[in-house]
Amino acid sequence: MTKLFKNFTKKDIIAILICFAFILFQVWLELKLPDYMSEITVLVQSEGSKMSEILQQGGFMLLCAFGSLLTAIIVGYVATKLSSSFSMIIRKKIFEKVDSFSTAEIKNFKTSSLITRTTNDVTTIEMFISMGLQALIKAPIMAIWAVSKILNKNFEWSILVFGCVIALLLTVGILMAIVLPRFELVQKLIDKVNGVTKENLTGIRVIRAFNAEKFQESRFENVNNELTNTQLFNQRCFSVLGPMMNLVMHGLTIGIYIIGTILIENALMSEKITLFSNMVVFTSYGMQVIMSFLMLAMIFMMWPRTQISAKRINEVLDEESSIKDGTFDGQTKERGTIEFKDVSFKYPDADEYILKDITFKVNKGETVAFIGSTGSGKSTLINLVPRFYDVTDGEILIDGVNVKDYKIETLNDKLGYVSQKAFMFSKTVYENVSYGNKEISLEQVKKAIDVAEGTDFVTKMDKKYDSLIARGGTNVSGGQKQRLNIARAIAKDPEIYIFDDSFSALDFKTDATLRRNLKEYTKDATSLIVAQRIGTIMNADKIIVLDKGKCVGIGTHKELLKKCKVYKEIALSQLGEEELNNA
Amino acid sequence: MPRPRRNEKSKDFKGAVKRLFKEMKKWHVLLFSSLILAIVGSILALITPNKLSLITDTITDGIRPDVEKLEVIIKNVESNFSDQNKLSANYNIIMNSDNFTLEEKQIFSIALTSENKDDIMSLDEHILLELLDEFVLDDVTLTSKDQKELLDLLSNVNKEDEQALLKTFDALPKNIYNLVKPRINTSLIKDIVIFLIIINVLGAVFEYLEGYLLCTASNNFARNLRTRISNKINVLPLKYFDSHEMGDILSRVTNDVDSVAMNLNQSLSSLVSSVTLFLGSLFMMFITNSIMAITAIVATIIGFSLMSLILSKSQKYFNQKQVELGNLNAHIEEIYDGHSIVKVYNGSKKASEEFDELNKKLYDCNRKSQFLSGLMQPIMGFVGNFGYVAICIVGALLTMNNIISFGVIVAFMIYVRMFTSPLSQIAQSMTGLQSCAAASERVFEFLDEKEMSNEKSFTKYLDKNEVKGNIEFKNVKFGYNEDKTIIKNFSAKIKAGEKIAIVGPTGAGKTTMVNLLMKFYEINGGDILIDGVSINELTRENIHDLFVMVLQDTWLFDGTVSENIKFNKDDVTEEDIWQACETVGVEHFVKTLPNGINALINDNDSISSGQKQLITIARGMIEDAPFLILDEATSNVDTRTEELVQKAMDKLTHGKTSFIIAHRLSTIKNADLILVMSDGNIIEQGKHDELMKEKGFYAELYNSQFQK
Repeated sequence: MTKLFKNFTKKDIIAILICFAFILFQVWLELKLPDYMSEITVLVQSEGSKMSEILQQGGFMLLCAFGSLLTAIIVGYVATKLSSSFSMIIRKKIFEKVDSFSTAEIKNFKTSSLITRTTNDVTTIEMFISMGLQALIKAPIMAIWAVSKILNKNFEWSILVFGCVIALLLTVGILMAIVLPRFELVQKLIDKVNGVTKENLTGIRVIRAFNAEKFQESRFENVNNELTNTQLFNQRCFSVLGPMMNLVMHGLTIGIYIIGTILIENALMSEKITLFSNMVVFTSYGMQVIMSFLMLAMIFMMWPRTQISAKRINEVLDEESSIKDGTFDGQTKERGTIEFKDVSFKYPDADEYILKDITFKVNKGETVAFIGSTGSGKSTLINLVPRFYDVTDGEILIDGVNVKDYKIETLNDKLGYVSQKAFMFSKTVYENVSYGNKEISLEQVKKAIDVAEGTDFVTKMDKKYDSLIARGGTNVSGGQKQRLNIARAIAKDPEIYIFDDSFSALDFKTDATLRRNLKEYTKDATSLIVAQRIGTIMNADKIIVLDKGKCVGIGTHKELLKKCKVYKEIALSQLGEEELNNA
Repeated sequence: MPRPRRNEKSKDFKGAVKRLFKEMKKWHVLLFSSLILAIVGSILALITPNKLSLITDTITDGIRPDVEKLEVIIKNVESNFSDQNKLSANYNIIMNSDNFTLEEKQIFSIALTSENKDDIMSLDEHILLELLDEFVLDDVTLTSKDQKELLDLLSNVNKEDEQALLKTFDALPKNIYNLVKPRINTSLIKDIVIFLIIINVLGAVFEYLEGYLLCTASNNFARNLRTRISNKINVLPLKYFDSHEMGDILSRVTNDVDSVAMNLNQSLSSLVSSVTLFLGSLFMMFITNSIMAITAIVATIIGFSLMSLILSKSQKYFNQKQVELGNLNAHIEEIYDGHSIVKVYNGSKKASEEFDELNKKLYDCNRKSQFLSGLMQPIMGFVGNFGYVAICIVGALLTMNNIISFGVIVAFMIYVRMFTSPLSQIAQSMTGLQSCAAASERVFEFLDEKEMSNEKSFTKYLDKNEVKGNIEFKNVKFGYNEDKTIIKNFSAKIKAGEKIAIVGPTGAGKTTMVNLLMKFYEINGGDILIDGVSINELTRENIHDLFVMVLQDTWLFDGTVSENIKFNKDDVTEEDIWQACETVGVEHFVKTLPNGINALINDNDSISSGQKQLITIARGMIEDAPFLILDEATSNVDTRTEELVQKAMDKLTHGKTSFIIAHRLSTIKNADLILVMSDGNIIEQGKHDELMKEKGFYAELYNSQFQK
C-alpha cells in the first residue's frame, strides 16, 4: 500500500495537507459544539437570562455547525478529487503496463485477473482513500483532542471511557478474527456457485442428453449450502456487533451518571456544580472518543481488503515485460525474408523445450507451411516472429536483421498477423479491417474484404462496411470473424503474412477460394501458414513438419510424402490413399 | 469478470415488494417476529433518553444547598438577639454570673441598649456564647458554638458571589452543614439506573435476536432462490439460451440474489425500526407540546429538502458512473483480450487514447458522485444541530412566557435528535429496498420464464434395451425463430444399425438436426418417429436415455477425471473407466497425471483441448444406448489421433444407429447414408461413391479439400 502511495504527486500531498488542516479545524469546531450546547442549556435553565443571550449563543452554535459543514464540504471536495484522480492515474499506469507486456506476462496473470486488477482493485483503493483517508486523519485527532479535554477532569470517568473503548475494540477485534477469514471463503464460494452455474449453462446439452439434471442440481446444492451456511455464520456473528455497540455506548452514559451521582453526592457543596457540568461534558466527549475509535476500527476493517488490492496492483506494476524493445528502424537490404537459426524455445519456468533446434530459411514471395499434431509447437514457432515470446536459444532474422534488434513498431509494420482465435473489436467493419492503419481508403478496405471472401456477408449486413461488430464479435459467425481477421492483415499490405491456423473455421470451399485469391493478391509477399488440414497447405513452397517440438521434415508435399513418415501419416489420416495419389 | 451494475430502479416497486413477501412465505414467522422485535427495540430506545434526562433532573435537584433550612437556622439564631424575652432572660443570667468580670458586664449592657447589632456581635466570645441558646432542629442540636461560627462565617461573605457563598457553606459547622447539605435522591436514581440497565440489556438481546432471525430468513431465502434458478436452467427450453447471455443468467444467480438477501437484511429491519423511532418521537413530541413539535419538524424539513436535492443530483452521477465504468471495463476487456492483435497492428497508441478519454469521463462522474454522497453525513449533522438551536430558542421564548417548563425543552432536545436520525436511515433503507426490489424483479423474471412443455401425461415409453433403432423424419419443418424457417421440408428413413453422416458448410443446419432429434427444440411441422413412435409422444427423459451424444464443445466440470467420465452414472467401476480411457487413447495420458483418474480437472493448461475432447468421448463410451450422435466430436483432436478414436468409435457404433456430423469428410466416407445439407435442407443424399458420381455439391465440397 505504502508503495502505491509513492504515486502521490506533490499536488496530492498538498491536497492531503489541506485536508489535514481543515479536518483539524473541523474537529475543533465539533468539539466546540458541546460547549455552546451546555451554555445554552444553562441559559435556558437559569431564570432571568435574557433572550438576546440565548440568541447569541444559539447563533454561535449555528455558526460552529455551519462552519463544520463547510469544512466537511471542502475536505470532501479535496479528498474525492484526490482519490478519483489518484485512481485515474493508477488505472492508466496499469493499462500502460499491461500494454507493454508480452504474451508470456499476460498468460501469467490471466486476462480476467488483469481486468479486475485494472478496475475493481483500483476502485477498492479509491474507496479507501476517499473514505479512509478522512477518517484516518480525523479519528486520531478527534480521539486525542477529546481525550485531552476530559483526561484531567476526573480519574474514575476516564477509566470508564477507557474501559469502554477496550471493550469495543475487543469485540470488533474478536469478531474480525473470526469472520475475516470466512469473508475470503465466501468470495471463493461465490466463485464456486458461479462456476457450477456456468458449467450448467455451457454444458446444458450434455447434461440434458445424459439426463444428468439431478446430478448437476445436487452438485449445485452442495456449493449452495456451503455458501449459505458460511454466510449465515458470518452474518450471525455480525449481528452481535450492533447490539454490542449500543450496549457499550449506553453503558458508558449510564456509567458516567452512576459515577457522577456518587461523586456529586460526596463532594463539597462548592464543587458539586462543577462536577455536574463536567459530567455532562464527559458524556458527550466520551461518546466522541468512542466514535473515533469506532471509526478507526472501521478503517482497520477496510485495510486488509485494500492491502490485498494494493498488492495485486503492485504485482502488475512491478512486472517487467520480458520483451525488450530494440533500436533498429532503418532500411534493410533484403525484403520479405525470414530465417530461423537453431531456434529453441521453452517457457521460462519449464524444463521441457517446446521447440528445439529449428533451422530454415524463407525467401521473398515464398509460402511456408507448418504442420504437426496438437502440441507439436507449430503455433509457438510462428508466435516467435512477432516476438510474442523471445527465443530461448538461437535467433530469428527478418530481412537479415535479428527480430530483437528491431524497434517493435518497425518489426510489426512488416508483419500481417492473423491469430488462431479470430479477434474483433467492438467497432465497425471498416474500423476493424483498417485497424492500426492510419491512411487507408474505403476502397482498399473493400478490396481487402473482397480478397478475404467477405464481401458477400458484409454487404448483407444492415450498414454494410459501417455495421457495428458487437462486443466479442457475437453478431458474426466464426468463419466470418476469421475472414475479417484475414482482411485486416491484407489491408495492411505487409511484407510477411503469418496465418496461425486462421482457416480452421472456414469450410473447404471458402478456404480454397480464399487461398487462391490470396495467392494472386499477395504475389510478392512471404507467407507463414500454420494449419491442421493437409488441403490447406499441400501447395506451399515448403512444408515444415513438426513433431514434439522438433523439425522432422522439410520439403514440398510430394517430397514429404515420400520421405517423411509423420507427414504421410497425417496426410493419410485426412485423405486416404486414393486421393493422395490423385492429387 | 466484473459486470457493470445495472439500473437499480425497479420497474414496479410495489408489485415487486408484494411478490417478494409472497415468495418469502416460508419465512414469514421469522421475518415478522424479527420485525416485531425491531419495533419493540425501538420503543425501548425511545424510553432511554427520557429516563436519562430524569436522572439529570434528579441530580440537579440535589445539587444546591437547602437555602430555606439555612434561613430557618439563621432566623432561629438571630431570634436570640431580637426576641426581648430571650434577651432579658439571658441578661439576667449573665449579670448574675460570676464568670464574667464587672467590666465585661458593663460593656454588655451598653451593647444591649445600642441600636447597632454589630455591637452585640463584637462582644467577647464567651458572652456571646452565653447569649446564643442551644436549640434543636430536625433532631439536631445546634450548640451555641455552632451558632457563633455560623454568624462569623456569614458576617464576612459577599452574598453576590455564588461560588464564594458555597465555599462558605462548606466551612459551616458540621451540625449545620449536615442540615443544609443538598441530598440527591439516590434511591430514585438507583431505581432508574436499574430500569435503564434492564431496558438496555433487553434492547441488546432483542436487537441481536432480530438480526439473527432476519439473516436466517434472508439467507435461507437466498439459498432457495439460487436453487430455484439453478433448477430452472434445466427446465427452460434451449431456445431461451439462444437469446440470453450467459453472463446475464450468472449475474442473477450471484449478484442479484446477493443483492436481494443483503438489502433485505440491512434495509428491512432498519426501515422498520427507523419508522417506529420516527413515528414514536413524533408522537411523543406532539403529546409534550405541539408548538415545539412543529418547530422541530419545520427545522428538519428545511434541512432535508436540502439533502434530497443533493441526493437526487448524486443519484444521477451514480447512474452515469455505472455507465462509464461499464464502458471503461468493456474497453479494457477488449484491449487485454486482443492484446496480441493490438500489438502487432501497432494499435497501442490509439487504444491508449481511447482509454484516456474513457478514464477521464469516469474520473469526472466518480468525483462528483462521491463528493455529493459524501455530503450526506455532514448535512445530517448540521440538520441535527439546526433543530437543536431552533428548539432551544423557541423553547426559551415559551418558558419565559411561562407556557412550558424547562423539562419540556430538555425532552425536546433529545426528541429532535431522535427525529432526524431515522429520517436519513429511512432514506437509505428505501434505496436499499429499491435495489432489492429491482434485483428480485430480475430474479423472478427469470423464474417466471416459460418452461418446456409438461410431459407428465405422456404414457408411451421406449425401453432402451428393446429399441430396434429405426428413425424416420417426416416432412420436418423447423426454424429457431417463428418467421425464419431453417429446415424446410426434410424427410428421411433410417434403418436400425445404419451410420448416417451429415455434412455441409457452416450454418447449413447440421447441428439443428441433432437438436430436433434430441428434442432440445420442438419441431414446427412434420414428425420424427423412433421405432414408429412420434417423439412428441415420448418424454425428453426417455429420448435422452436412448441416445449417447458427444459434442464438439468439450464440456468437463470441475471434478476428477473419473467423476467426469462417470458423470451421473452410479454403477460404473474403476475398471470400466480405465477401459474407456484405453479405448479413446487417453489411458497413457491419464496415468501421467498426479492422481491418475482421480486427478482434478480445472481450468489450467495441463490438459489440452484435444485431451479434454477424448475424455468426453470416453464419457460417451461408458453410456450404453441404442443411438449414437457424434457432433464434430473429434474436431479438436489432430487427425492422427482422430483416426485412432475413429476406429474405437466404429466398434462403439457397431450395431447402433449413429449420426455423425463432421467437417472432415475423410471420417465419414464409409457411412451408410450421407446427408448433404445446405441452407437447412437436404440437397443430396446417398453413399459416398454415389454422391461423387453425381458431381454435385458433395463432390465439389469433397474435392475442394485438394484444390490448388
